Amino acid sequence: MKILVPISQVPDTTAKISFINNDTTFNNAGVTFIINPYDEWYALVRALELKEAGKAEKVTVIHVGPTENEPTIRKALAIGADDAVRIDGDGDSSFVAGQIADYAQKNDYSLILLGKETISYNSAATAGLVAGFLDWNFVPYATKLDVNGNTISLEQEMDGGVNQLSSPLPLVVSAAKGMALQRIPNMRGIMAARTKPLQVVTPSTDFPVYTKVESYTPAKGRTACVMISEDNIDELVDLLHTKAKVI
Amino acid sequence: MSVLVYIEPHKGNIKKTSLEAVSYANKLAELISSNVTALAINISDEGLKAIANAGADKILSVNNESLSATNIKALAEVVNSAIKEENATTIIFAADGTGSSVAPYVAAKQKAGIIAGTIDFPIIDGNKLIVQKNVFSGKATALYSVDTAIKIITLTPNSIQISNTKRSPNVISFAPTFDAANGVVLKSFKIDEDIAKGGIPLADAELVVSGGRGLKGPENWGIVEDLAHALGAATACSRPVADADWRPHHEHVGQTGLAIRPNLYIAIGISGAIQHLAGVNGSKTIVVINNDPEAPFFKNADYGILGDAFKVVPKLTEAIKKLRI
Ligand SMILES: Cc1cc2nc3c(=O)[nH]c(=O)nc-3n(C[C@H](O)[C@H](O)[C@H](O)COP(=O)(O)OP(=O)(O)OC[C@H]3O[C@@H](n4cnc5c(N)ncnc54)[C@H](O)[C@@H]3O)c2cc1C
Repeated sequence: MKILVPISQVPDTTAKISFINNDTTFNNAGVTFIINPYDEWYALVRALELKEAGKAEKVTVIHVGPTENEPTIRKALAIGADDAVRIDGDGDSSFVAGQIADYAQKNDYSLILLGKETISYNSAATAGLVAGFLDWNFVPYATKLDVNGNTISLEQEMDGGVNQLSSPLPLVVSAAKGMALQRIPNMRGIMAARTKPLQVVTPSTDFPVYTKVESYTPAKGRTACVMISEDNIDELVDLLHTKAKVI
Repeated sequence: MSVLVYIEPHKGNIKKTSLEAVSYANKLAELISSNVTALAINISDEGLKAIANAGADKILSVNNESLSATNIKALAEVVNSAIKEENATTIIFAADGTGSSVAPYVAAKQKAGIIAGTIDFPIIDGNKLIVQKNVFSGKATALYSVDTAIKIITLTPNSIQISNTKRSPNVISFAPTFDAANGVVLKSFKIDEDIAKGGIPLADAELVVSGGRGLKGPENWGIVEDLAHALGAATACSRPVADADWRPHHEHVGQTGLAIRPNLYIAIGISGAIQHLAGVNGSKTIVVINNDPEAPFFKNADYGILGDAFKVVPKLTEAIKKLRI
């Protein structure tokens, strides 16, 4: 079984988010980019664990994006992926998911494991779109995943409890917290990553871009915080009840 | 041509988030002079009444126990049949439970543009829908446009009011075919202990009480739970608290946990790091209890109490109980 791990590139969690061109474009000046944490910490690391346990032959990372994103791909190779693919294009989640599905199908991957959402666009749509394009089984928000021959067993937190699931391959899984623990790449990994194969593929024309961002608005801060003395808690309750009207 | 709204199977009951989705569909249908068909999967008669009241003109009711909430592929097939049956051009899902997963699956099949996680009603611009959503984990919002023949939108929980239309729609029994063979199988479901005891699931809670590392250890969570019970609130926590297994992972809110937007968020012993704020700054009202006047959370709160959580929180619980009598 070969595992395909799609990775997305996102601004570092402490990055200042701002926009240019009349608030129509994300301002990436001075922003450090990282692998989307859900893709890196959970999906990629679990895929590597399965390979180390002899349950997968190969782990390939795939990224849809321009050349300048290659350092992010190399980081995934440093963490331990065997090889990488960059689809040389960019678009909305339908476009990106279409490219991933197309590559998986043409290259015989049977498990696609990716993070539940990106911390940039927060749509949680890519995994479901990939599964839909391929017509495969889909398990979203998985917190555990194991392989027993051709059967995948999974856990998923949903509706105030835990579902235990099983599915045959092929399968798309989106990973949530709990599936694995973050790995920091070591020097050997970083050196090895330099020479690992990174294949560049022209995007398929079957998957158009359907949605467009017209404009962005930075979140408004709150007006000054009203401080209340700890000896006057009734005042807080009164404000919450009569002014904020939330209780 | 109609607006279709997906009502997910939920042990026969109707979720609040599903009624929000119906209300959203109702408003959209009004804006584009269309009507609303609700696709209700394994919903009780009482649930169907609530759907009608929130604004459905017609209900397609599917009753089939083999249609499990864990088989996204089969659920998507059922939605696809309903789209065809109703000639639907816009499909609304709650971004909650199975909705956020069935929606993209259907979008791929329908070659539909999808906008996931809107927080407000759309703007109509000819054949285009302009839809607002949170991006960068709540650090900004974006206006998206979509103009495909079929459009799919998912609605973030607790973003809009449930409407009250008193409609009496036709309920039509709907039995589309789907392929459940070789699907995802549910082996077992283990309910969370807090939820079993009547606790409130975090994702759709209107009131949330959250604890951070300032509470020192899991043995001190009694004061958080007592306040949550007094309010009828769900409990949440910061990331280090979940990482240390003081609290379950599903309570972790923030940029790498759950993003929530309750009416009230009470943060106890949480410093207010940027990654934490990202997941909670959509809350309508934020109250911060912290003993450090320099805690960054005070700059991002509506009300603050500077003091020791172990003294302040029990007092707050008593004051809430007085109000609730
Ligand atoms: C990539 C990345 C992603 C992250 N994602 C998240 C995320 O999703 N969610 C998240 O929460 N964090 C996240 N973090 C971690 C974040 O940066 C902070 O470290 C974390 O939020 C701090 O948790 P805390 O406020 O509970 O603890 P601390 O920062 O240790 O704060 C404890 C607070 O308690 C107060 N306190 C102490 N004693 C008392 C008392 N007796 N009474 C009242 N107050 C008291 C202190 O003054 C302090 O403000 C992330 C970090 C990174 C690098």
